[in-house]
Amino acid sequence: MDLKDKLVSSFLAFESKVDVNHPVHDIRSAAIKNFELKGFPNKKQEAWKYTSLNNLQKIDFSVFPKKENVLEYKDVKKYFLHEIDTYKIVFIDGIYSSYLSETTHDGVDVCLMSSALTKPMYRQVIDVYFNKVASKDESLTTLNTAFSKEGAYIYIPKNKAPRKPIQILHLATGNEAALLLQPRNLIIAEENAELQVIERHQSLTENAVFTNSVTEIFAAKSARIDYYKVQNDKESATLVDNTYIDQKDTSNVSVHTFSFGGKLTRNNLNFYQDGERIDSTLKGVTILGEKQHVDHHTLVHHAQPNCESHQDYKGIFGEKSTGVFNGKIIVDKIAQKTNAFQQNNNILISDQATVNTKPQLEIFADDVKCSHGCTIGQLDEDALFYLQSRGIPKKEATALLMYAFANNVLESVRIPELKTRINSLIAQKLGVRVGFEM
Amino acid sequence: MLEIKDLHAGVEDKKILKGINLTVNPGEVHAIMGPNGSGKSTLASVIAGKEDFEVKKGSISLEGEDLEELAPEERAHKGIFMSFQYPVEIPGVTVTNFMKTAINESRKAKGLEDMPANEMLKLIREKSEMLEIDRKFLSRSLNEGFSGGEKKRNEIFQLAMMEPKLAILDETDSGLDIDALRIVANGVNKLRSKDNAIVVITHYQRLLEYIIPDYVHVLFDGRIAKSGGKELALELEEKGYDWIKQEVVV
Repeated sequence: MDLKDKLVSSFLAFESKVDVNHPVHDIRSAAIKNFELKGFPNKKQEAWKYTSLNNLQKIDFSVFPKKENVLEYKDVKKYFLHEIDTYKIVFIDGIYSSYLSETTHDGVDVCLMSSALTKPMYRQVIDVYFNKVASKDESLTTLNTAFSKEGAYIYIPKNKAPRKPIQILHLATGNEAALLLQPRNLIIAEENAELQVIERHQSLTENAVFTNSVTEIFAAKSARIDYYKVQNDKESATLVDNTYIDQKDTSNVSVHTFSFGGKLTRNNLNFYQDGERIDSTLKGVTILGEKQHVDHHTLVHHAQPNCESHQDYKGIFGEKSTGVFNGKIIVDKIAQKTNAFQQNNNILISDQATVNTKPQLEIFADDVKCSHGCTIGQLDEDALFYLQSRGIPKKEATALLMYAFANNVLESVRIPELKTRINSLIAQKLGVRVGFEM
Repeated sequence: MLEIKDLHAGVEDKKILKGINLTVNPGEVHAIMGPNGSGKSTLASVIAGKEDFEVKKGSISLEGEDLEELAPEERAHKGIFMSFQYPVEIPGVTVTNFMKTAINESRKAKGLEDMPANEMLKLIREKSEMLEIDRKFLSRSLNEGFSGGEKKRNEIFQLAMMEPKLAILDETDSGLDIDALRIVANGVNKLRSKDNAIVVITHYQRLLEYIIPDYVHVLFDGRIAKSGGKELALELEEKGYDWIKQEVVV
């Protein structure tokens, strides 16, 4: 049985585990129908031209983990940003781990999707927000919607901010030969609310893990959300991250994606600007080696006047790695005075690495500023000589230049400890001990 | 200290240096002057080890050691420093971090431990004060948005930090106003000793009023056409380079 058929038939088993009378279940049922109709995306589709999920579908993934697994904090501590105090929502093989987590209901809700989808007190919020910005058409998103049951649920009321950043960590033990995970996150910041989120997916063994994640984010008027995705998984891990963001007037949302690991990573990052004077920031640093593949598909939909978007993605590709950047900007006819900026710069440090970069602009308004630029190149030889002439060996000089190349993306990271951590991940990835501050 | 013998170098088929002979002893200051395109900057880059240029014939040695097989960083470790005519902008790396990295990498090459942080800070403070460099300047990205004068002053600051045996100043005076020129020249003069040597490459005589050379060489069409004492620089200032051209032709 292929993976699609297995998933469709698993839906019946899944229904026995959830409340089928809850209105969300109608959404799930519609979603599985869509997935059944469309199946997995393939390379014939323009959006999946450079990323193939064919090999993945040959693997016999477990759709539900067979048992609850346990991990000691000391064994997974390094995957947390443990230098600072944070709220933590932690899952082991898709199942919530209460002893590794620290949730709260103190003025804000930092808790679980499974609670939000079942308890009456959350019903109103779920009715208003659940599956409202996520695509009802895109097959992998609907696959996730069909099986939506667990994930992070964060609700920040008007004028509130949680005391500390929130970490969402998905750990895979590898106790299953191959495991499919489908976390579903819902994050809501009401008017003038603020929050910071760090999300990470991490497998602990070489056993295959396929994560198909969907995150819906709502930023109400004047809300501010900073979201950081740390992708440094093992060579056996595949991640499809589908993130949908809905912004209202004068809200400010930033998403930083740090892609250093995993076998195959696809980031579908979608911003919908539904208000005026909105600011959206999409930034990424990708550093790959071996046969790793990362595909960034971004969409910014400017639907109202006087908004801004800033995209800046930097990529460094070594060995036989491959990268894709597809940045789509839509400016509706009424979205005058839009200021949309997009930049994608790549450095190839191996003859066998490949990058495909494509800006895609659909502009229907006439008074807008849209700039885009993409480059694929090698390191600046003059800069390299300059550093070498000061006694810095070629390898370290190369690392220093690559660090500098990626650095302006880090400037906007607002959690200093995270910035330090990302810096050392970059050094590690580049394989050098560098004498400069990290 | 520096011994250049019959040096021929160029880029692909283009010959730029066509037989340079030059000996620089410890404690000496040599000025290399010449019109645009005579090969002055190429000579500096070839000594520093820039790979764009191919040495076709001849040799360069420092303290008796042939440099040909050495990478630019290895030449730096041996004590060669070139102040760039056009310093490269490197956003994202501060002047301080750059200097720390450069010094510690050079120490590592000599089998030394990293310089202790407090010692490094003291050195940075001392050298930046000598060149009248603002502290804020040190935490800015290397050369990014620096004025021409700031870039040159930063080069000499690096020179002061690295304390090389042989300093090559490539057109260090261009882009400097008279005050900055005096500060830079003062900095260079303070570094002069009987153990190190300086090669000043310049188009004009102006810098040589402050950094007084022992020898002046005129480079023309890839060769040293004339050598003399410091008075040669004044003669060039007065008469220009045309008479040298004529002498060469004759």
